[in-house]
Amino acid sequence: MMKGQHSIFGHFFTNDSPSLWIVAAVLLIYPAISSDFFTFQIGAYSLILGTISLSLMMLAGYGGMVSLAQLTVAGLAGYLMAIFGENSVGVMGFGWPWWITSIWAILLAALFSAFIGTISVRTEGIYTIMITLAIAVAFYFFVRQNYVLFNGWTGYAGIEPPTILGIYWRNPIPFYYLSLVVAAFCYWAVVYCSRSTFGLALQAIRDNPRRMQSLGYNIVLHRVIAYFLSGFIAATAGVLLVWFNGRISPGSVSVGVIIDILVIAVLGGLRHPIGPFIGAIVFVLLENFAIDLIDRERFNTVIGLVFLLIVLYSPDGLLGLWKKLWTRLIDSRKIRPNEIGNELRTKSADSIETS
Amino acid sequence: MQRFLNKHPTRAVFVLLAIASLAWLIFSVWPEWLIDLIGRKKTFVNTLINGLTLGGLYFLVASGFTLIFGLMRNVNLAHGTMYLLGAYIGYEVAEFSNNWYLGLIAAFIAVGLCGMLMQLLVFRRMEGDDLRQTLVTIAISIIAADLMLAVWTGTTYQFTPPEWLFGSVTLPIVSAIKSSGEVVYLKYPLFRLMVMLLAILVGVVLWLFLNKSRIGMMIRAGVNDRDMLSASGVNIQLIFMLVFAIGAGLAGLAGVVGGTALSIAPGEDIRYLLASLVVVIVGGLGSITGAAIGAVIIGLAEQFGLAYLPTYGVVITFLIMVMVLAIRPKGIMGK
Repeated sequence: MMKGQHSIFGHFFTNDSPSLWIVAAVLLIYPAISSDFFTFQIGAYSLILGTISLSLMMLAGYGGMVSLAQLTVAGLAGYLMAIFGENSVGVMGFGWPWWITSIWAILLAALFSAFIGTISVRTEGIYTIMITLAIAVAFYFFVRQNYVLFNGWTGYAGIEPPTILGIYWRNPIPFYYLSLVVAAFCYWAVVYCSRSTFGLALQAIRDNPRRMQSLGYNIVLHRVIAYFLSGFIAATAGVLLVWFNGRISPGSVSVGVIIDILVIAVLGGLRHPIGPFIGAIVFVLLENFAIDLIDRERFNTVIGLVFLLIVLYSPDGLLGLWKKLWTRLIDSRKIRPNEIGNELRTKSADSIETS
Repeated sequence: MQRFLNKHPTRAVFVLLAIASLAWLIFSVWPEWLIDLIGRKKTFVNTLINGLTLGGLYFLVASGFTLIFGLMRNVNLAHGTMYLLGAYIGYEVAEFSNNWYLGLIAAFIAVGLCGMLMQLLVFRRMEGDDLRQTLVTIAISIIAADLMLAVWTGTTYQFTPPEWLFGSVTLPIVSAIKSSGEVVYLKYPLFRLMVMLLAILVGVVLWLFLNKSRIGMMIRAGVNDRDMLSASGVNIQLIFMLVFAIGAGLAGLAGVVGGTALSIAPGEDIRYLLASLVVVIVGGLGSITGAAIGAVIIGLAEQFGLAYLPTYGVVITFLIMVMVLAIRPKGIMGK
């Protein structure tokens, strides 16, 4: 187990805790050393996008299911916030207190995710991408043409985070810390989940579903629960995202944004929960500063090219690049991080099989 | 036919009844109570033909998608992009030469070549890794959509069809009888009817090509066992390129046809990608017949949804997809 712990952090962080603590410290003092713009538009936004991509990473990395409907789940949570909470459009808006609304929105959206899972788990691999993409695009067209529930093309505006303890939570610094707490919690939850019996079983199902089935594991149930949990993470980030933007419309759940989430996750790397956050930082920085280099209109070309290069040359994303560099640098006598990973995987699979 | 009748007498009766009542709905003059129940006959018949036409267009797009998948196990998510690219190229050529047919042919060839290039430069390099192939097609579609937006801007374009296809025809279907006793016949744009005919034509040609020709035989063999085919001396890379060219070319062709029957604008790529996805999920991946069945079902569902349930139209399409997946996870004709 010691080895296991080492490898999970050692995967990315060179020598367990020191780097982890350094990153944590940097994240904590970040607002103090940066402007409001960097705290809110870059920091908080990266954390939110990273958390949504984290939910995709969890499904894809541990479950082997690349679902393109994660943003749809987050978007649904945002819409539910507008429908049950307060909005300034004058459609729906039941005005429930913020804490009931957010719990309710997150729960319903997570259930929706489990529903998507139930539909798509019967199929595998490429089919999952197709079906989840079809569901996500159908949701986009649905909210665009439905005026009764989703207020159609315009969507909702004026969705505000609450004022608690005299703090208005949409101010840059409180909002940054709110996003940080949520992101850190989700990160921890995913790491914890990947080491739990459930997570190990999920990874074993990813590697060999038939063997797991014959061992008596209910693979459909495991996958649906994975969808539910990842939906929970995506929905929580979705609530933050709608507070961040203050508004939600079909554009927020359109194909472009759906693909952005996939780009972020693949860019960072789908092997480790830290990947999506790295991808999100790179993505947000590109989004904000690539316009200085080229025309603002052509941002999609830039991000598309970056995505293409990553997919062509480093399928494991920036994390994979980092790991390649690292394995070249470290002493060859030391056990390499990826080997520990494999060892853990076979070990865990063995321990499940023998138990 | 005889066997079906003997095997499933009850089913046959239901099918006959359904056909008969549909024929009655189309050709009879509707009584008052029916009009009260589901609205004017004109709406119904128009929606029906619209749905079939749209189904034809969807078939043109989705047949290429399903052909490529069937042989190469590659979900080409840039397929909608190829539709849009074909439409734009066809538009430029048709405008330049003042000849609609030239536009159609140019779109087919140009997009077919793009498909061959993609197969040559990208897919050959990552054979068997279908997730990566899919991600690459997504990347290509992001870049291409953005570049197309840069070149052709956000304007909506529409083709002018050739002279003889312009205007509408009177169908031998009574839409209503005026109080004066005058019989009103239904009118419908000729070009849209031609879309349906073209789809049937393409379907038949594809079927003949796949089932009766030597290359078609090789393609079918490749679908069943790729390795065995190449072991028996067939240059499988050439077959791959050919199939990719045909599949992509069909999307380009559909772009011109769709751009004439409807219109072209940015965002259409996503719409037709979704259509192809749903059509092949419902019909079964890799099967041309499945694509035809799926296209008709989805086309009809979409049009009836638009006409009778404006704000919940998409839900019908979605429900059909879910139902098919629940009963037959691999689609109606999937194996």
